[in-house]
Amino acid sequence: MRFEVGSALSIGAILFTVIIVAAMLIWVERRLLGLWQERLGPNRVGPFGLLQVVADMIKIFTKEDWVPPFADKFSFILAPPIIMVVILMSFSVIPFAPGVGVIDSDIGVLFVLAMASLGAYSVMLGGLASNNKYALLGSLRAAAQMVSYEVFMGISLLGVVALTGSFNLREIVLAQSDGWYVVPQFVGFVIFLIAGVAESHRLPFDIPEAEQEIVAGYHTEYSGMKFGMFFVGEYLGVLLISSLLVVLFCGGWLGPAFLPPIVWFALKTAFFIAFFILLRAAIPRPRYDQLMNYGWLFLLPLSLLNLLLTGAFILWQGGM
Amino acid sequence: MLRLIKDTLISQVVTLWRVFVHAFAKTDTVEYPDVQPQMAARWRGRIILSRDPDGEERCVACNLCAVACPVDCIALQKTEDEEGRWYPEFFRINFSRCIMCGFCEEACPTNAIQLTPDFEMAEYVRQDMVWEKEDLLINGTGKYHDYNFYRVAGKKIRGKDKGEALNEAPPVNVRSLLP
Amino acid sequence: MMMLFYSAAAIAVIATLAVISSANVVHALVYLIISLLSVAVIFFVLGAPFAAMLEAIVYAGAIMVLFLFVMMMLNLGQATEDEEKAWMKPKLWIGPGLLTAVLFVQLSSVLLTQEHALAPVEVGVLEISLLLFGPWLLAVELASMLLLAGLIAAYHLAKR
Repeated sequence: MRFEVGSALSIGAILFTVIIVAAMLIWVERRLLGLWQERLGPNRVGPFGLLQVVADMIKIFTKEDWVPPFADKFSFILAPPIIMVVILMSFSVIPFAPGVGVIDSDIGVLFVLAMASLGAYSVMLGGLASNNKYALLGSLRAAAQMVSYEVFMGISLLGVVALTGSFNLREIVLAQSDGWYVVPQFVGFVIFLIAGVAESHRLPFDIPEAEQEIVAGYHTEYSGMKFGMFFVGEYLGVLLISSLLVVLFCGGWLGPAFLPPIVWFALKTAFFIAFFILLRAAIPRPRYDQLMNYGWLFLLPLSLLNLLLTGAFILWQGGM
Repeated sequence: MLRLIKDTLISQVVTLWRVFVHAFAKTDTVEYPDVQPQMAARWRGRIILSRDPDGEERCVACNLCAVACPVDCIALQKTEDEEGRWYPEFFRINFSRCIMCGFCEEACPTNAIQLTPDFEMAEYVRQDMVWEKEDLLINGTGKYHDYNFYRVAGKKIRGKDKGEALNEAPPVNVRSLLP
Repeated sequence: MMMLFYSAAAIAVIATLAVISSANVVHALVYLIISLLSVAVIFFVLGAPFAAMLEAIVYAGAIMVLFLFVMMMLNLGQATEDEEKAWMKPKLWIGPGLLTAVLFVQLSSVLLTQEHALAPVEVGVLEISLLLFGPWLLAVELASMLLLAGLIAAYHLAKR
């Protein structure tokens, strides 16, 4: 078992960078949405509105951190940190560049899947503890959605794992030096992208918090920094799914040598983040039953077929 | 199956592309405090009281505006000078209630009360939202430059007897039988 | 590694005790998840990372989510909690407690007489899959058929 942990300094640097980038995504998203909706977006605080994040943070930290008297205090306080912790833990196995990363683990893909499945508790406990009908509805939807889409997420990854022959994300990147997996595994890529959006409940699939139907879904009762953790957790999720897409399907840090590897990684991740925001700007929210039907009746057979064909291809090529 | 692929994938991709193209369009935002917006002349903003071309107050204190006002934000009191002209003793508009509907302007028979394109009316003290006649009166005719109510109306004031107004025939002596 | 093992084991024992003694069902479930996760850590320490991850994905991640999902729809309130508290009386504890004590004595005597040093043997993904799809292929196929039967039954029920 290869199990290498980076130095404390690099772990701290990665943690800091990831959180700062996730917070900056709030600004990036608002600016990009503005761009695509022919508006400007926040541009008042600092140059280009870059310090909007600071203003938001000051606001959210100084807000009253209120626990409703009818809520289950234990679960209510426990729920928001779970999503932050779980997603930040997932970043530990992401290889950012050669030598840059927290853990080089042989079970990286499985670890990410495990953490993604634990992320559902944050939403479920938050909604259940709020003791509020809207929150309960939101967390019911979230639970069903996240558990379902986890399945397709896992199965769509298996093609990549089978082609590489390893669960190690670093080896998956290195195996793509001849060609990115997005070409042979295009179906898996699309399924993973859709499942990733559903898993981080981002906008086309933000059914758990659909404002027009159920107020704010599972975080209806949350305020202050507890809400902030849900909020930053969502952006951390976007960052995680984007970097996973880069690592698994788009060659990670690999790229022409005129830029350093970490820059290639950042550029590709930024591309996918922008794509996520474009999805939010363009596509309306489906109905809940449409989402579930689409998952189980379309994505599941498709991902199984993809896995089957990949396996057959590997057997045929292996000459067995 | 093909139908499903068309509905779920192709149309979504087309949507994404069309929205992406918007990135190259010009933004519609007017950066207001830095760039003043172009207001239409008929914009219903701050209310003023205008004067006629002679420089006298147009308002004759008929109270029609106060009646028309749906939120009852106009208060005025009629008084009369020794020449026979009517004018408001006080004229008060509570802009914290005003909804800028423009009904007062439509109701006004003398074009005295008019709405202007000015919309920057915020105050720090709530009492400052109540505007008196001195605040409302402007030194001009507003939107109607030549209109002068007492020059077209039949009412007798100093310097203008009955029958001396524009387009007005001299009064007929009803007790006479002469044509 | 030793420290990690003992701390994970202690957390597992404490969390499991909390599962039993907690009156609120949701709290009990949270403790159960914690217990399962610490068992996963123990698997990891003992050199079975694949089993550890499966424990986290399947037990903590999927089955417990379904438990919580059902609990959400049951609308459990203060009444259930009071009922649970009423069941916590010492009179009702004595029987199960004694039986468990006997089991504990048996288990510890077995564990103490045998020589089992904490010597992690690496069991990676490859070893497990070679075993599963080598000597135990038939068992895997049977289990998958059972799951398929369950899947078809669930589909049939959901169709109505």
